[in-house]
Amino acid sequence: MSVLVFTENWDGKFKRLSFELVSYASSLAGMLNTSVTAVTIGKAEGDELKKLGEFGADRILNITCPQLSFLDNRAYATIISEVARKENSGVILFSNNNTGKALAPRVAVRLKAGMASGVNGLPSGVEPFVVRKRAFSGNAFAHVVIKTPYKVITLAQNSFEPASRPTGAIPEEMEVSIDGSSVKASILETQKQTGRIVLTDADIVVSGGRGMRSPDNWGPLVELATLLGGATACSRPVSDEGWRPHEEHTGQTGKIIAPNLYIAVGISGATQHLAGVSASKYIVAINTDKDAPIFETAQYGIVGDAMKVLPKLVETVRNIRKH
Amino acid sequence: MKILVCISNVPDTTTKIKFTGDNKFLDTTGIQWVINPWDELSLTRALELKDDPKSGVKSVTVLHVGGAGSEPTIRKALAIGADDAVRVNAEPSDAYFVAGQIAEIVNREKYDIILCGIESSDYNGSEVGGMTAEFLDIPSFSSVSAIMIEGGAPVLTREIDGGKEIIATECPFVAVVQKGIAKEPRIASMRGIMSARSKQIRVFEPVQVEALTEIDAFEKPQPRAACKFVDPENPAELIDLLQNEAKVI
Repeated sequence: MSVLVFTENWDGKFKRLSFELVSYASSLAGMLNTSVTAVTIGKAEGDELKKLGEFGADRILNITCPQLSFLDNRAYATIISEVARKENSGVILFSNNNTGKALAPRVAVRLKAGMASGVNGLPSGVEPFVVRKRAFSGNAFAHVVIKTPYKVITLAQNSFEPASRPTGAIPEEMEVSIDGSSVKASILETQKQTGRIVLTDADIVVSGGRGMRSPDNWGPLVELATLLGGATACSRPVSDEGWRPHEEHTGQTGKIIAPNLYIAVGISGATQHLAGVSASKYIVAINTDKDAPIFETAQYGIVGDAMKVLPKLVETVRNIRKH
Repeated sequence: MKILVCISNVPDTTTKIKFTGDNKFLDTTGIQWVINPWDELSLTRALELKDDPKSGVKSVTVLHVGGAGSEPTIRKALAIGADDAVRVNAEPSDAYFVAGQIAEIVNREKYDIILCGIESSDYNGSEVGGMTAEFLDIPSFSSVSAIMIEGGAPVLTREIDGGKEIIATECPFVAVVQKGIAKEPRIASMRGIMSARSKQIRVFEPVQVEALTEIDAFEKPQPRAACKFVDPENPAELIDLLQNEAKVI
């Protein structure tokens, strides 16, 4: 009974969240006294695949399927479920990102597996199997008991530290074939964001709210994000007003992120905003209103005008980066 | 073409969440119940499609799995403009159970497009849509931020990490929708509220599907340590704290 982990690759490359997932799988396999099989579909090659072994994958399967040219949820879920059956995998793990959210529920039904999503730590017990997950949009956690022999879990991003545990596993290639006529969709166009750090991948996020006052004032905020190697984000009113693109909206109905550092500039911290950022490791708030709710969640705060504080922060960071 | 919009009944997103003494259940005292925000947006998009005569959409039905207590929320969906509603009379015990019930209704009544919100704001599962599609063995698309119907053929926009894909597909399918699907949730008009009273909510008893998970207990997050304030005249101190205390830059 192994732990199976689906590691997504992006044009053949893995991201940090793939390694978080393999590390999580490796610790879980320790608790269950079993091994880890990592599976990826398409494109990834030798050296990149071997990286999964550095974080504890005992077996690495690279599956290719000639009939599949894009992420078809039904086909992917079928392939992953078949591998889980063959590998006799008791637990099947996904990242709680777009792809994981799309595939995990389908796999759960195919295997008749109980599922928990947005899990943020190892099980508190394996008999019964209990995991803790995000609930009420960050206002609570739920301890979920999974009662079935097969279990499907999606792991919240940035909730588990990747740890080096080299196995020296040699990647194996496996070709599968599916009925091409079952794929009922085709990609007309793919638009990729270029040049900027993807918000959901960023370790550091600098985010602006209505306190930025005008779409013309974002220069220093963007500069601070760039200097820190981070991404920019915004609150809902800002994206609704069209000051910033919708892709940057973080909050309950926007993107849910968990960076190491979230700097909220001119954001008061409404419940709906916090729902999207409360899993950040550190939150810094800059706001003119000392009673703004954001200061209840932030570890560090500056009560002051963003227009005055931001340029000073930029200056300081620029000086440090020079040295 | 018939659209089915699956709706969850959730506490208003500004509610202070409390649990019963044993932390087993949500304390529902004083809670204002609303349509799950993403479901409200998917209902809005379904109605926009129906308003466009070229789309070929003839009806919009809302479906809810829950007890009679959630009928006010269903009525609200009818007031916003849904043509009719179905309620499966059962406690929504877990996502697998709910998806099994939805699949049964779809099998019985043959819908072309099934819309589910990306998550419910209470259990944050992101599970029901994909599970429903697998029960029905039909395609599903997740993180969908736009649905168009062009010449009878659906065209979806799917968000991927760092970009988007435009996808052509055919009915039936499940779309799990997120931000962008509609600009603002549609609000019920006075006429809508009046006409909702006479619209039908059909009630079905659940089919046998077992729940595969259960919630053992809830827990409130640990309160964060008090905020450390830095002098606005000296933001260098903040950078120093982030470098040497938090060690995040």
